[in-house]
Amino acid sequence: MSATVTARREPSGPPAKVSSRRLTERVFRIREFGIIAVLVVFVAVTAAIQPRFIGSQEIGFILSNTTVFALLALGETMVVISRNVDLSIGSVLGLSAYLSASLFGAHHGIPIPLVFLAGLGIGLACGIGNGLMVSIGKVPSLVVTLATLYIIRGVDILIVGGNEVVAQTLPNAFIQIPKANVLGVPYLAIAVAAVIGAGAYYLRSFRSGRDLYAIGSNPEAARLAGIPVGRRVFTAFAVSGAIAGVAGVLWAAQYQTIDSTAGTGYELQVIAAVVVGGVAIFGGSGSAVGAAIGALLLNTINSALYVLGISPFWDQAIAGFLLLVAIALDRLISVRLAAALRRRSSGVGT
Amino acid sequence: MPGNPEDAPAGQAAPVPPAGLTGPVPPPAAQATPLLSLRHAAKSFGAVHAVVDGSADLYPGEAHALLGENGAGKSTMVKMLAGVYPPDEGELLIGGAPVTLHSPAAARDAGIAVIYQEPTLFPDLTVAENIFTGRQPLRGARRIDGKLMRGQAAALFERLGVRLDPGRICRGLPIADQQIVEIAKALSLDARVIVMDEPTAALSAAEVARLFEVVRALRAGGAAVLFISHRLEEVFEICQRVTVMRDGRHVFTSELAGLTADDLVRAMVGRQVAQRAAGGRHEPGAEVLRVERLTREGVFTDVSLRVRAGEIVVLAGLVGSGRSEVARAIFGIDRYDAGMVTLASKPLKKASPAAAMAAGVGYVPEDRRQQGLVMEMSVQQNMALASLSRLRTAGLIRSAAERAFAADWAQRLRLKYGRLTDPVSRLSGGNQQKVVLAKWLGRQPSLLIVDEPTRGIDIATKAEVHTLLGQLASDGVAILMISSELPEVLQNGDRILVMREGRLTAEYPHAEATEEKIMAAATGQTEGQAA
Repeated sequence: MSATVTARREPSGPPAKVSSRRLTERVFRIREFGIIAVLVVFVAVTAAIQPRFIGSQEIGFILSNTTVFALLALGETMVVISRNVDLSIGSVLGLSAYLSASLFGAHHGIPIPLVFLAGLGIGLACGIGNGLMVSIGKVPSLVVTLATLYIIRGVDILIVGGNEVVAQTLPNAFIQIPKANVLGVPYLAIAVAAVIGAGAYYLRSFRSGRDLYAIGSNPEAARLAGIPVGRRVFTAFAVSGAIAGVAGVLWAAQYQTIDSTAGTGYELQVIAAVVVGGVAIFGGSGSAVGAAIGALLLNTINSALYVLGISPFWDQAIAGFLLLVAIALDRLISVRLAAALRRRSSGVGT
Repeated sequence: MPGNPEDAPAGQAAPVPPAGLTGPVPPPAAQATPLLSLRHAAKSFGAVHAVVDGSADLYPGEAHALLGENGAGKSTMVKMLAGVYPPDEGELLIGGAPVTLHSPAAARDAGIAVIYQEPTLFPDLTVAENIFTGRQPLRGARRIDGKLMRGQAAALFERLGVRLDPGRICRGLPIADQQIVEIAKALSLDARVIVMDEPTAALSAAEVARLFEVVRALRAGGAAVLFISHRLEEVFEICQRVTVMRDGRHVFTSELAGLTADDLVRAMVGRQVAQRAAGGRHEPGAEVLRVERLTREGVFTDVSLRVRAGEIVVLAGLVGSGRSEVARAIFGIDRYDAGMVTLASKPLKKASPAAAMAAGVGYVPEDRRQQGLVMEMSVQQNMALASLSRLRTAGLIRSAAERAFAADWAQRLRLKYGRLTDPVSRLSGGNQQKVVLAKWLGRQPSLLIVDEPTRGIDIATKAEVHTLLGQLASDGVAILMISSELPEVLQNGDRILVMREGRLTAEYPHAEATEEKIMAAATGQTEGQAA
């Protein structure tokens, strides 16, 4: 794979300051380059067999399917970078999707932004609950969010019962949100891309964003460095919940039929996308852009199998396989990086 | 303002003579208010009294040594100043006003910077980010100014006279460079009080000299430096006053001038250091362990050593020099890339602790809480853990046999315990270590590997552990010991091997070894520089 070749070519460069930075930068960019390369190859091969695959209709379909996942991946990335995990997002999405969409039936003519605000509020409340238990209760996030995964889904089932929200009760303007597009590219995908870009920029360029990386990289050192670990982790969970809430509203607009199973299992697909996208599962490194591309890749595979007429049963197996490749690649890169950095003579000795 | 306004009487802000000074000698500037004073501080962790009565005063412009043996409570004192552990008792005054430091951030805001013994870096972040964590220079809209940050980091390195790329990530930095990053971090804080917990342990002579220039510059700027080091010659070179601690208590505070190294050692140990008579045991017997050119890429290289029956061989060196890693590879916890381990002339299977145990190797790890004991299990269960095959019938553990086994060893090792069924976490550190030893001794090993066997153990128990190891050797056990404490190395080692950066750099028989020689081999300085 291109990643390893590049890393191998470089280490014996001149031992000046610049080359070490270039090397690390390169390796870190490669994390995303690698997955983009996989994506490009995959699209190219599929298109060669079935040219319809790169038609604007198909691309629009993939992009609009990806939006919800990519958005969820942004919140999950923040949580995973801080060496935590949020398993409750699928349930939060389901609850928010039902409650917000049923507002249209209960209050005719309710403004659409208000519905989005409601979804955001529901998600935020769930996220705050998770965040409090993790940061103040000091309960491992795996346990907390596994519990809230079931609790929120249970509440959802209690509320929904055997009902469902159907398309007829939703205003046309709402249903059109995921469909509006320019040259086949949904406006929504552009908006989500902008949000993810902003999120990635925040994580990279603001102190509180960098704190999340620091916490994930070495929690004990973060405490010693005076980083408000609890507050930052809490915020990450609150944001992840709020994003899942908004994603729920988008999900409702996209699928229009909402029962109590909406979003079931999404948490694992999103975590898969995040890890495939190069976010280290034990925190400290990775980017929101990578995670979004991970989501795009998994959805592209999904569509490609469909277009190629391969049984969708393969879909999950291939997604799982990719996950292993991503993790192996991640491990390989970090081992190589460590070796390359060790070989580089110490700055002090010179 | 970090002070606690309710607690500070109005007049306290004016310079007052330090009334509660604990030292017999007046401070350099008796009129000045100490920048910081810690008075009669105490801190316990469960049953362990880490600091019972800790006091120190730091005046502007002084470098103040804090001395004491391992386990004397120095690191706990450091953490109280760092805001990591609030003291249970006693008070902390900054600029004469009582304060409570609830968090590391509060300590930082109060002008206290701490360089910890073990570097506390973020491996995934860049060097510059590590220095400026939480304080990154900002540009418009509160965004981090990465370029300015790297420039400031480079300027700090310039001041320290080192070349280190501020833009590289910290993962893979050698330990000395990590220490440099920590020092740069403390400098960047413009702190009034800088606490350095063994900052020189991993540095070369040239780096130490540069660090001392920095310390002098800090003093000239009116800051106070609390300097912790086991190298007394460094203390005499850089410090003006000294505070000695022993067993968690303040022993004395004094001007350094007029004191000798012997005075300090006596105060630290509380008695004359008893020298073990060299050659007191019989001649060592047959070779038990032979390690040939053992290599693990990037960790240790070409390590060859032998240990004979009845011999204590000590692996000395700095933390991070690869000693523990060699021990782990011998015992089979870690893999090695090349070389061979032979036990009693038979090759030992790679990477298999079970094979090592079957061949008669015992291993007392460095970190007894994490690796040596199951803290929630009882004393007797922990002791029996490695001998279960001998204590069971038809697959079931006979608790009577387990109890008898544990009671026997508890008596032999003079273990201080409540009941054998108490969780081992209730014992003091020294007694916990005895439990780990008992666990392995119960198997009657032919080779015992002990990694830092007396770290964090009080002096009396430490002596017992040393005696015990000596007896074991007399009984014909081959012992490979790792220790960072030079007196322990010199006292126990029949032969002393020194490692530096993953390689063996020197070997001394007991009679020829001195602290200076070992330090020189461990740090790579020539002896002339070290003295």
